[in-house]
Amino acid sequence: MEALLRPRIIISLTIIVIPIFLFISGASSHQIRINNAERRIDLSTHIVKVFLTLKVENTGKTSASEILLAFPPTQVDHLAFLEALAATGKKKKKTYVSLAVKPTQLPDAPNETNYYTIVLANPLNTGETATLEILYILTHSLEPFPVEISQSESQLVYYRDSALILSPYHIKQQTTFIKIPSNKVESFTRVEPTDRAGNELKYGPYEDRPPYSYSPLLVHFENNNPFSVVEELVREVEISHWGNLQITEQYKLAHAGARHKGIFSRVDYQSKPTFSGVSSFKHLLARLPPRVHSVYYRDEIGNISTSHLRADSWKISELEIEPRYPLFGGWRATFVIGYGLPLEDFLFESSDGRRYLNFTFGCPLVETVVDKLTIKVVLPEGSKGPSAVVPFPVEQRLETKYSYLDVVGRTVVVLEKKNVVPVHNIPFQVTFSSVLPLHFLSIDFIIFVSVLLAYLAVHADKIEPVYYTFKPIFMLAEPMMLASAFFLFFMACVAYLHVDLSIRK
Amino acid sequence: MVGKTESQNGAVKATAAPAMNLESDLFSNFSFKSFKLKTKQQELLLRVSILGLVYILAFITRLFSVLRYESMIHEFDPYFNYRTTLFLTEKGFYEFWNWFDSESWYPLGRIIGGTLYPGLMVTAAFIYWTLRFLRFAVHIREVCVLTAPFFASNTTVVAYFFGKEIWDSGAGLVAAAFIAICPGYISRSVAGSYDNEGVAIFALLLTFYLFVKAVNTGSLAWALASAFGYFYMVSAWGGYVFIINLIPLYVLVLLITGRYSMRLYVAYNCMYVLGMLLAMQIRFVGFQHVQSGEHMAAMGVFFLMQVFYFLDWVKYMLSDTKLFQAFLRITVTSAIAVGALALGVGTASGYISPWTGRFYSLLDPTYAKDNIPIIASVSEHQPTAWSSFMFDFHILLFLFPAGLYFCFKKLSDATIFIVMYGLTSMYFAGVMVRLILVATPAVCLISAIAVSATIKNLTSLLRTKSKTAVAGSSKGTGGSKASSKASFDQSQPFQKNGAIALLLGAFYLLSKYATHCTWVTSEAYSSPSIVLAARGAHGNRVIFDDYREAYFWLRQNTPPDAKVMSWWDYGYQITAMGNRTVIVDNNTWNNTHIATVGRAMSSYEDEAYEIMRSLDVDYVLVVFGGVTGYSSDDINKFLWMVRIGGGVFPVIKEPDYLVNGDYRVDKGAAPKMLNCLMYKLSYYRFGELVTEYGKPPGYDRARGVEIGNKDIKLEHLEEAFTTSNWIVRIYKVKPPNNRW
Repeated sequence: MEALLRPRIIISLTIIVIPIFLFISGASSHQIRINNAERRIDLSTHIVKVFLTLKVENTGKTSASEILLAFPPTQVDHLAFLEALAATGKKKKKTYVSLAVKPTQLPDAPNETNYYTIVLANPLNTGETATLEILYILTHSLEPFPVEISQSESQLVYYRDSALILSPYHIKQQTTFIKIPSNKVESFTRVEPTDRAGNELKYGPYEDRPPYSYSPLLVHFENNNPFSVVEELVREVEISHWGNLQITEQYKLAHAGARHKGIFSRVDYQSKPTFSGVSSFKHLLARLPPRVHSVYYRDEIGNISTSHLRADSWKISELEIEPRYPLFGGWRATFVIGYGLPLEDFLFESSDGRRYLNFTFGCPLVETVVDKLTIKVVLPEGSKGPSAVVPFPVEQRLETKYSYLDVVGRTVVVLEKKNVVPVHNIPFQVTFSSVLPLHFLSIDFIIFVSVLLAYLAVHADKIEPVYYTFKPIFMLAEPMMLASAFFLFFMACVAYLHVDLSIRK
Repeated sequence: MVGKTESQNGAVKATAAPAMNLESDLFSNFSFKSFKLKTKQQELLLRVSILGLVYILAFITRLFSVLRYESMIHEFDPYFNYRTTLFLTEKGFYEFWNWFDSESWYPLGRIIGGTLYPGLMVTAAFIYWTLRFLRFAVHIREVCVLTAPFFASNTTVVAYFFGKEIWDSGAGLVAAAFIAICPGYISRSVAGSYDNEGVAIFALLLTFYLFVKAVNTGSLAWALASAFGYFYMVSAWGGYVFIINLIPLYVLVLLITGRYSMRLYVAYNCMYVLGMLLAMQIRFVGFQHVQSGEHMAAMGVFFLMQVFYFLDWVKYMLSDTKLFQAFLRITVTSAIAVGALALGVGTASGYISPWTGRFYSLLDPTYAKDNIPIIASVSEHQPTAWSSFMFDFHILLFLFPAGLYFCFKKLSDATIFIVMYGLTSMYFAGVMVRLILVATPAVCLISAIAVSATIKNLTSLLRTKSKTAVAGSSKGTGGSKASSKASFDQSQPFQKNGAIALLLGAFYLLSKYATHCTWVTSEAYSSPSIVLAARGAHGNRVIFDDYREAYFWLRQNTPPDAKVMSWWDYGYQITAMGNRTVIVDNNTWNNTHIATVGRAMSSYEDEAYEIMRSLDVDYVLVVFGGVTGYSSDDINKFLWMVRIGGGVFPVIKEPDYLVNGDYRVDKGAAPKMLNCLMYKLSYYRFGELVTEYGKPPGYDRARGVEIGNKDIKLEHLEEAFTTSNWIVRIYKVKPPNNRW
């Protein structure tokens, strides 16, 4: 994906919308033709990232404002993230406009094809072209085969897709690149012209394919990257107006790769780390916000003593955690991570007197898929009118939680989302990313991050603001309660010592 | 306004000075007089603040384990208690009371509600519910961890009142301070040691205190309170048998020494009858108070009391002494005869059960060794070594006889009680290591009497002297000389200096005691024994968390209905932390079942496989310290498995595993030893591992030898998991081979 973006993109954080004044009118699929499509599929981890560059031309008579993207039904279930950008300008002065994407149903869709509609910022007039950059992310799309492996084997997976891009439009020319993590490829489907160079497979270029062309593609290759999947993650964010933001995250982690079969030999695991248990993973990296404090890592039966924290006051803190045992395929681990953050970094007051919390959505673990994410924002007691603003669809509801010395309970805003990937949670602070691990330090990555930032800057949708009103006087309720309890206790003591209740004198 | 005040200022100034003077005078007088407390109030304030400090000290000194490790449950039995408490708080009391646990003693199961002392769990759950009601969002684990320190603090208060009752408030304060930090008590009540003893010592001392108070006052209210204290004790710990035997013994001694009184009659009868009825409400105890041999002494003394009362009445009615003597003889003889007959008939007919093995082993220390290996195999049931007395009591061991001397000097009902409690419990402490705990309160109290009495004598010596000196100087010249001379004459030379020296010596000893206690607490008694800590090569702290690693692996990665076979020590931990079914656990109620497991461990693999198949075992867990040098592992416990297994199944013979009476694992070991299941599971593939630099592969660091069988093949089991330091190894039992 990095390679794809290199030649075209120049970092530019100022997003300029260049208006193209054209008439708006409806567009049918026959009007649009894709002149050139380039697809880069990155299979290096278990999260499949697909970059699609489409050069679209309006060949119809009326102007078109919408472009359709088609997905086969097997992919749509695993689609975690979809983002479209319109590129304008020349090579060195390219700017991007983020476009709205929404799922669409078409009545005459063949073979249950699912569609997403990209709404162009400016309708495309007859004969005009536009360049669209589309990023989508698929989870659970690598299928381990063989399904069970022993400790000494490495993990092989299938990836299924179509060699031709599924599209309702005529595609004049298309190419697909597939990047795999290593040179070890068991087999791959040949749809001529097909070429393999090192760890990259090239399909195409294919010329003039009609709409809904489909050609099954199967790649069987080695992927020993950790298939870490959090089956369920509950993040609880508790706001205390005394200056602390307490986060508690409950993980149900699993290794979603090929299941472990037979014995687990500690001798082999310890003495031959390169041959034994290559697809297993021992530790995970969590990126926590700066100025994190009081970090703990434990599970139901106590503290887990294997974790390292590299905390810093102005950059991302890194928490390296090791589950109690190495995770082989199919093994599970549950644990809890908790930490405190300074409130002033996340809580702000809006102009209308309401307070809002800006916090990252998603899981802090690197390269991890979250099947079900629940965020619970626990507002301080006495706060009113909570509302959460999250741009992508999430389930929302309110709950009440009783914590220390609560009388009426605290309002909890609960947000639920399925299928969350790390793209959902890169926070703003990454901009000054001088602390990133070495292999990320390539210029590609910085470009990639910048593009993401561009996405973020446009939408600001990875950050989840929760609005509510809160009177500061409520902060004093609990100390006052404690103080009066003590006062009453002492008064009772004094009364007891001074009042004689005996009947006899 | 400002101007006005300023103009007036001048006028006021003139009068202000005297007024101020007067005011300050008044103020000083007022404040000093009103805030200066009377001596009695001062003493009260001092007492309350000392007691408050002791209360806090007793709590915080037990938090070393939390600081050194973490807030966690320790050792073995507490895990069962924690698991049941969790169940109680989640499901409620009735579910708890009717709980049939199918996760232990597979396939027999265990009726939890009927086979446990619920006092501890109910106490913790009650604290938890109270805190929850007050909106303290605590976790039940924290409550369980801190229950023992909390009750230790309460014990200090009881010790103060007890000391006050038997001696004076000074002795009470010293006793509270002693018991707050006494290692003998701390060993069972550090934070995380969530065991019955934690609350039981409080209940024990409370019952004794209330009973002594009842005897001293003859008040029905105190006797009733002591009955409830006894009920709490019965609900909390099996050690209540000590109370129900000590109190009758004490009453008997009072009767024999002619100290019978109405106070005693009221106190004992009320306490016994009510206490017995209340105790029957505990299902695990049931009708033992009227059916078990261990409780018969109390009943006998109860009837004896009635006979005494009757005789007293007859004596009062009969004026003739001779007639009364004859009547006395007849009544006592017939009463004893009836009692003996009833006991004989009851025992013969089986209505009264004979004494249990544990009770016998208390009276006769060698009994368990010969007859019940399962009791003798527990390390805390071993006879106490002198060093552990010294370790747990320190200076109290020397103060104890001194305290006994003071008690005998001022004999009363109360001091007789504490003397008897001290002497009997010291005997039991000598029989079993764990019973040092029971002796600790008595030792603390008696030592406190010694310390308090000594210091009081010394300080009063010092004080009378200084007082006469002061008096002499104030009185002038005439009479003072005579008086001072007289006082000098009465006392011995250098008395003052001697007293000061003795006082300093006492303070030195006491401060040594405090240092020792703190050191012992932090170094010896705060280890949770689940997490092992060691010093690394560079002085850094290395943590071996293998137990939890293995248990958590079991919990996460085995089928929920998997049955795990291990030696019984780890049963409670596997069910509590691993959440899996076990074959045997620390509640050693079924000796045959344990012997079966012992037999499987000490058989050859194919024989063991048959046994494991018959027990439906899925996983086998062994603890192995050969890599880390952890010595309390299964190989070192193995002889007990052989003995217990051999006790039921004579096929297992201890000499088969020994070479000339030596227990070895190296090349010279017995062939059966080298091929039994336990050996194979412990050392499977260990022969390939180099544990220590400069030693051959397969060098066992716990026993310091190279193992004898390095080529171990497993046929019916396969390695499922081994922890990072090899301390816990789990094997999966393979399904039987297909026949075709």
